[in-house]
Amino acid sequence: MSTLTSSCSWKAGDGVSDQFPAGLRVLVVDDDPTCLRILEKMLKTCQYQVTTCSRSDVALSTLRDNKNGFDIVLSDVHMPDMDGFKLLEHIGLEMDLPVIMMSADDGKQVVMKGVTHGACDYLIKPIRIEALKNIWQHVVRKRKNEWKELEQCGSVEDGDRPQKHLEDVDYSSTANEGSWKSGKRRKEEEDDAEERDDSSTLKKPRVVWSVELHQQFVSAVNQLGIDKAVPKKILELMNVPGLTRENVASHLQKYRLYLRRLSGVPQHQAGVNSSFIGTQDAGFGAISSLNGYEIQALAATGQLAPQSLATLQAAGLGRSAGKSGISIPMLDQRNLFSFDNPKLRFGEGQSQQNLGTNSKQANLLHGIPTTMEPKQLVNLQQSAQSFGSMSMPVHTHGAQSSSLLMPMGQPQARRHVISESGSSRPPVLQANMGQSIMSTGLVGQALGRSGTAENGRGLGHNAILQTSSAMNFPMNQVSDAPVSSFPIQSTFPTSKGGYPEDVNSSIIKGPGGGMPSYDILHDLQQIRSNDWEFQNVGVTFDTSQPGNSVQGNIDTSGLLLVHQGLSSGQSSNGHNRNISAAGKSLLSADGNRQVTTPNVGQPPTSLVDNPVQIKTEGFPDMSYQAVLYPEHYSQEDIMNAFLKQQQGIGPPDSEFEFDGFSVNNIPV
Amino acid sequence: MERNSQLHRQVALMRQSLFDQGYLDEQFVQLEELQDDANPNFVEEVVTLYYRDSARLIASIEQALDKSPLDFNKLDSYMHQFKGSSSSIGGRKVKAECAQFREYCRAGNGEG
Repeated sequence: MSTLTSSCSWKAGDGVSDQFPAGLRVLVVDDDPTCLRILEKMLKTCQYQVTTCSRSDVALSTLRDNKNGFDIVLSDVHMPDMDGFKLLEHIGLEMDLPVIMMSADDGKQVVMKGVTHGACDYLIKPIRIEALKNIWQHVVRKRKNEWKELEQCGSVEDGDRPQKHLEDVDYSSTANEGSWKSGKRRKEEEDDAEERDDSSTLKKPRVVWSVELHQQFVSAVNQLGIDKAVPKKILELMNVPGLTRENVASHLQKYRLYLRRLSGVPQHQAGVNSSFIGTQDAGFGAISSLNGYEIQALAATGQLAPQSLATLQAAGLGRSAGKSGISIPMLDQRNLFSFDNPKLRFGEGQSQQNLGTNSKQANLLHGIPTTMEPKQLVNLQQSAQSFGSMSMPVHTHGAQSSSLLMPMGQPQARRHVISESGSSRPPVLQANMGQSIMSTGLVGQALGRSGTAENGRGLGHNAILQTSSAMNFPMNQVSDAPVSSFPIQSTFPTSKGGYPEDVNSSIIKGPGGGMPSYDILHDLQQIRSNDWEFQNVGVTFDTSQPGNSVQGNIDTSGLLLVHQGLSSGQSSNGHNRNISAAGKSLLSADGNRQVTTPNVGQPPTSLVDNPVQIKTEGFPDMSYQAVLYPEHYSQEDIMNAFLKQQQGIGPPDSEFEFDGFSVNNIPV
Repeated sequence: MERNSQLHRQVALMRQSLFDQGYLDEQFVQLEELQDDANPNFVEEVVTLYYRDSARLIASIEQALDKSPLDFNKLDSYMHQFKGSSSSIGGRKVKAECAQFREYCRAGNGEG
């Protein structure tokens, strides 16, 4: 049965009410009528405007009908018609609303999954009213991020990103956040009051990326070519009144991420994969949700987008080549949008599986994915081919940076996801990473990373991915996944040159779920250690990190690649910058990517970690850097696992050296 | 009125005993707190909903139990649902039983 009850009139388009948090518009989705009733009552007691549904499809259609009618969504995990996580992804992609998951299940895996899929929070049933009293913080946080991103598009430092405090789930993010928190906190506090008010006014009306609009977008992108798809041109081609460059940019970012994701992680990878994939899925999910790409998110990240995306893609593509192993898993995860198709390429065998998953995910995407698919496939193929030679270190770098950027932009929700997914997702998504930095290496990473983190960003990355990797593989697989066609994953290197620019400019939104984008940053830092080998690793994981370092860490992405092996990852974001420079040199030197593949496999773990950490930061800015390598070693593990898998999959990517995609090295 | 107050007292006693016996826990208190003048029958409403829903759930569980071989996965998911509902209204004992049931399911213990 699907019941939709509305408690009060909607506050149309109004950002924050005067009596905030009273009047917060909440949508609750739960198949259990008892819980639903109780929650409704509790929320009303908190003076929120409550709407309840017991079915996911009803919830989604309600959300679509009232685009700005809700501030936050509470969803149950286990539902008969649609998995709570899928719903979560959709919402994140289409509307970019903060989503809180609930369940009686408090198992770590499940909670982790929530994080990676981009949930803002995870509550354990029975739900206490105190827990509900605080959900408004997620709304504010998200708005703040978006606002800030819009303002600082392109600026590296994103200290304002409020840190998400998960009540129940507090994984690595806290660790990461802690480090840069202080800086940010100060800033946040100052701006908080203003932002609160400003966000509603400054916040651009969210652009709804309807199917047609998205189609237009995709066709414009295809027309221009993923590499050359810069927001400005896309905007011109689309010729949609009222659409701003930022909207397009952020959407592009997401798109790229999505592409990267699609080509990314193959799921079948064993054991480690599961966790890895989980994260990736989150990342992918995010990507898939890109369909909706909320403009704001995109806008924020958009800044990075054009260029970063390019880089990311390149990175993604480049990486996928090298990383085949990894990319495949990533791709699978990405299934949603098949952004990471390139990645899949490598793991063809593996990717097969992944694609399958991707396609499944893609299916979730409504409308958009399907439409994107053909185009994307084309793009991906083209790009994949161009980058086919994995040896495009340049691109990978680019991707990395972009991916880094991307993740940063991503809303914090992703942060958690990123950390998790970061490792798994192809860093490529990082497209945000300033292309300059890593060009090839970064791109790959960025792309890889973005996969996870960027739900929206995936788009941008995908573009990159396409170019970089000839991973056409994912495309084939993902029948549903629209984006699957982006083979990006495999070759990042291609985009190197182009993306760095974007990367720098755009703030990489932290990948939705611990996006790998951070990895880029992470990688960048790593690069310092000149572990070229790791670069690949870094790339892949970048997704998680890129977000963090994106800000200017494009270079770092390149570095990240190097650092892949570096478990030190700890290097602060600031390092990323340096690293990027170093990375670049390293990368360039590595032109042919003779990176010692074997090493890559190993370092990735360390890198992975970093990316993860970075991602948690979500802010590409320097802040991330510091945080980059924080604490999430879980990601590293994931990455390692992932890398291992990837390595086995594709041809040794030593040449790639994308940013850290140790795809090549990863022994499958 | 005497009758009324007597009934009230009885109800209060019964309620207390439910708590004492571990049938109910703090969550129930939360529900009670949610009840106010605007929604005087809130708790009653919720509990009714719960009964209806759980009756349905129990019926499906019974059905599943009749089958052989036992589909533990399905049973497990039913139990999860039931546990969630019960914990929401504060049915501690029921929740514990559900947890136990799930353990058995995991172990594949049909007898339990």
